Order: sequence, then C-alpha cells, then structure tokens
Amino acid sequence: MGDFVNIFIKSAFIENMILAYFLGMCSFLAVSKSLSTAFGLGLAVIFVLGITMPINWLINEFLLVNFELEFLRFIVFIAVIASTVQLVEMVVEKYSPGLYAALGIFLPLITVNCAILGGSLFMVSREYNLTESIAFGLGGGFGWFLAIIAIAAIRERIRYSNVPPALRGLGMAFLLTGLMGLAFLSLSGIDPAVFGGWNPAK
Amino acid sequence: MATTVETKVPKNEPLFGKKERVLLTDPLLDNNPITIQVLGVCSALAVTSLVYPSLVMAVAVVFVCAFSSLVTSLLRNAIPKAVRLIVQLVIIATLVTLVNEALKAINYPVYKQLSVYIGLIITNCIVMGRLEAFAMANKPWRSFLDGVGNGLGYGLILVVVGAIREIFGKGTLFAGSPIVMRFIGPGEEYIIDTATANQWGSSYFGWYANNNLMVMSVAAMFVIAVLIWWQRSRNPKLVDIS
Repeated sequence: MGDFVNIFIKSAFIENMILAYFLGMCSFLAVSKSLSTAFGLGLAVIFVLGITMPINWLINEFLLVNFELEFLRFIVFIAVIASTVQLVEMVVEKYSPGLYAALGIFLPLITVNCAILGGSLFMVSREYNLTESIAFGLGGGFGWFLAIIAIAAIRERIRYSNVPPALRGLGMAFLLTGLMGLAFLSLSGIDPAVFGGWNPAK
Repeated sequence: MATTVETKVPKNEPLFGKKERVLLTDPLLDNNPITIQVLGVCSALAVTSLVYPSLVMAVAVVFVCAFSSLVTSLLRNAIPKAVRLIVQLVIIATLVTLVNEALKAINYPVYKQLSVYIGLIITNCIVMGRLEAFAMANKPWRSFLDGVGNGLGYGLILVVVGAIREIFGKGTLFAGSPIVMRFIGPGEEYIIDTATANQWGSSYFGWYANNNLMVMSVAAMFVIAVLIWWQRSRNPKLVDIS
C-alpha cells in the first residue's frame, strides 16, 4: 500500500506527465481553451490511463516477455490502446449516457494522446509491477488532469489581458506552461515516504 | 481515334516542379508543423536539451513521416474508410519499430537518452496528421515529398531549440556525437567548451557561467514561445485571432 501511495504522489506531482515529460502536449494545447472541455478531456485521460496500464502490463508480462516478442511491443501496445478506447466508448455509451455526454468526443482523440502510450512505455522501462503500474496510471492521469484544468483556467482569464498580438494564443500558452512547470518544480521537495510509511533506506 | 486516346492521357508533369518545391519548403517556415500547425509538440520539447539527440530524433521523424506517407498513399484506394485510422497506426508502428531496432543496434547511448520518445513517434500527431490530411488523397511521389517536408520542418525546430539550449545551458555544441570527436581529437568532444580552459573556444567563452535553467525541461517551452513570437511578428498573417 505504501508503494501505491508513493508512486501515485510521485507521478501526479513530482514527475507530472505534462510539465516534466511533455506527454500529451498536442491535445493539452488544443483543448485547453475553455475550462469545461478541459475538464472532460482530463477525466477521459485518467479513465483510459487507469484501464490500459494494467492491461498492457499483463500483455507485456505474460505474452511479450514470455515468448521473447519484445520487438512487437509498439504495435501491440498501440493496438491495445486503440481497441480499449473503442470498447470503453461503446460500454460507456450503453451504460452511462451522462458520462458519455461528458467524455464522448474526447475518447477517440485519446488514442493518439502521447500520455497513454508514453505511460505504458515508461511502465516497461521502469519495470513496475502490477500494483505499481495501476498507481502510475491513475497518478499520471490525475497529474495530467490537474495540469490541463490549471492552464485552461489561466487561458480563460488571459483572454481579457493586453497580450502582444504575436504572442496571442499559442505563444502565451507555451509561456504559461513553462511558468507552471517551474512552479511544479517546487513540489519536488515533497517526500513521498511521509504518505505511505515507505522507508527509502530499505 | 488515336487523338481521343491521347487527350485522356494526363499532361506529363515534371518530376520536381514548382508545386513539388512548395511541398518541401512550405512546412519549413510558414506552415511549420510545430509553431504553426501545433502538431507533434510532445517529443519536440522533451529531447531538445542537446543538439545531437535532437538531430537523431529529427532524422527518425523524417524517415517515418516520409515512408508512412508513401505507403499510405500507395494503399489509399485499398484502405476502407471505417478502419483507416487503425491501418495508419499499424503502418506507422511498423516503421517506428524498424527505427527503434536500428538505433538500438547503431548507437546505444543515444537510444538510451531518447528512451521512450522514439516509441512516441507513433502517437506524434504530425505523422498521422499528414497521413489524414495529405497522403490519403494524393499520389505517392507528392505524398512522399510532403512527408519529407513536414519531417524537415519539425526537425528544423528541434535542432534550433537544441542548439540554443545546449549553447546557453552547457556551453557546448554536438556534445556526445562521434563526428565532432574525430574532428577535434580523441577525448575532446566539444567545439565550444566553457567548462574547461584548454580548448580554442576558451579564450572567448571562458567568462561564461552555464545557465542551468536551459538544461531543465521547462526551458524548451520558453525557447519555442520566443520562436513563435519572432515568427508571428515577422508575418502578421499568422497571428492567432481567437
């Protein structure tokens, strides 16, 4: 349990997917113009990361590593992600129309969101186990959610400011993300051990 | 009879005419994938702390972009509309796997440095964006050129950002690359090295203290923001109205 909380905190705040690794930057910049759409996309990312991460872990561990098929990893992972997104979309549409209305248009976008594939690839390169990869998926998704909500709120307000014309829109979004990344650097002082009773000395 | 047949044959267009040249040069500046189309930003930011890995990344993207456009364009009439995204993803993923395995065999240190970002070319929006927007509707040769052009436009930004960050952040250029090491001599891998005082650059740059902000990942955001600013003030037509 300690490891779960530890990795969750670490992936959400200290090694934030957008602000430290720039994963999912394209949709981050494109969809952060208003708060409500940013909220929907953020939820969808948490959702899909939380589901695909354990699936990809199981496939990697029991199929790819077992049969020495690691060179197929990219194709298998992207196929898993694409089909999971499709499946999730159909299930959500049938059983939860409210959630579908909120996430609906964002789910197809997520297939090509680097954060999802990047999460799975990081999971492999850091050799997480199943619990850790679930924690990483949920934590990373939550960190992504936080970052896009924050930038959308700032961008809504900055529309009323007098920004130089050439910086309007995209340029300002880049500057703001950079400043936010600097702000998040201060969170790297957090000691995750406090939350889980995990002792780094062990 | 013969004349009617001849009119049906399309005019013989030059292999590399004006249209083709525009396909190559337009994405370099005025329709740049990163600063104007805002596609494929993720990897552009993460790998640019040094020039050499950025250059390798740029070459990888040009390769994947060009050949995925070519293959998709060849298959464009055979791909059913409903599953075209999956087919495109499989084509891209195959090419990226090739690049990944090749890089692992040729240059392992750089492969380790780029880590997951080579794999992330698959979800790089610029590749898929060009397949959707261009290759699905155009002939193979022109699609290939479009892929090369967009890959180069992407690579240009990568190398420029990498150079700025490396010069200000570490005081070097092309650190870690084999070519430069051979030029300067064994063991000396830097052209301009401000950290040590025994190289030709030292007399001019010895006063310079490294700017650690440029090494951090957030610096890429500021550098690209300044590039966008410069580009849009040069050409007011590109200014974002919304």
